[in-house]
Amino acid sequence: MDRSIFRGSFRPYVSPRDPCPPILVKTFVLPPQIFTNFQQPGLPQNSPEAALKQGSLWPQFVDGFSREEGIS
Amino acid sequence: MWVYEKKLLYPVEVTTCNPKLARYLMEQYGGADGELAAALRYMNQRYTVPDKVIGVLTDISTEEFSHLEMLATMIYKLTKDATPEQLEQAGLGAHFVNHGHSLFYENAGGVPFTSTYIQSKGDPIADLYEDIAAEEKARATYQWLIDISDDPGVNDALRFLRERENIHSLRFRESVEILKEERDRKKIF
Repeated sequence: MDRSIFRGSFRPYVSPRDPCPPILVKTFVLPPQIFTNFQQPGLPQNSPEAALKQGSLWPQFVDGFSREEGIS
Repeated sequence: MWVYEKKLLYPVEVTTCNPKLARYLMEQYGGADGELAAALRYMNQRYTVPDKVIGVLTDISTEEFSHLEMLATMIYKLTKDATPEQLEQAGLGAHFVNHGHSLFYENAGGVPFTSTYIQSKGDPIADLYEDIAAEEKARATYQWLIDISDDPGVNDALRFLRERENIHSLRFRESVEILKEERDRKKIF
């Protein structure tokens, strides 16, 4: 799954007097549904097992999320 | 009317003894953007939205109750065998004094659930936009829960629940589109 198309990023201001080591690039989620107002018919579907695992019958609306990504 | 199926929507595996994680999960159990708030909000709004979107709210509300059941299972498993000392160390000492080992509708900070978390405005667009916002806030809450939890079993279920918020948000957005199609439609009675 290519998550990168469902993520945004920006560079926050970094002060020389920041108390913690600054994070130079902040990443945030742009979930798939915000790019769709109305689901098109006939989209490719997951297998029933994958649909249960992923939480969606349609892979197009799955963007995943894991703590390893480090978005917080 | 509902038909109850005696199994969880998605299997819940808890791999660690971690009452502190249970406390964090309570944000989605009895918190402002949690599953209880979502289920009650939609089940109540459904009566006064236009006919075409009643089913969306009823269906999603029903599913939210099944999510609530999953969270209850996770919280119960994470706390059922914890000693009072362990609960206290997890920040659940006050909860234990008031509720023992039972669950209660509170957020992660111990604040009890209140209906002021939700609204029903009687205006379809105002209500649906609140619902979209609620889904996105719940999605974000799941993200931060996944970030703070190192239990792979719990995180698997949380990833599933997070994805369902995406789909619910999409369905509410579609509901707004359905209502927009009503513009200038000539009604003949």
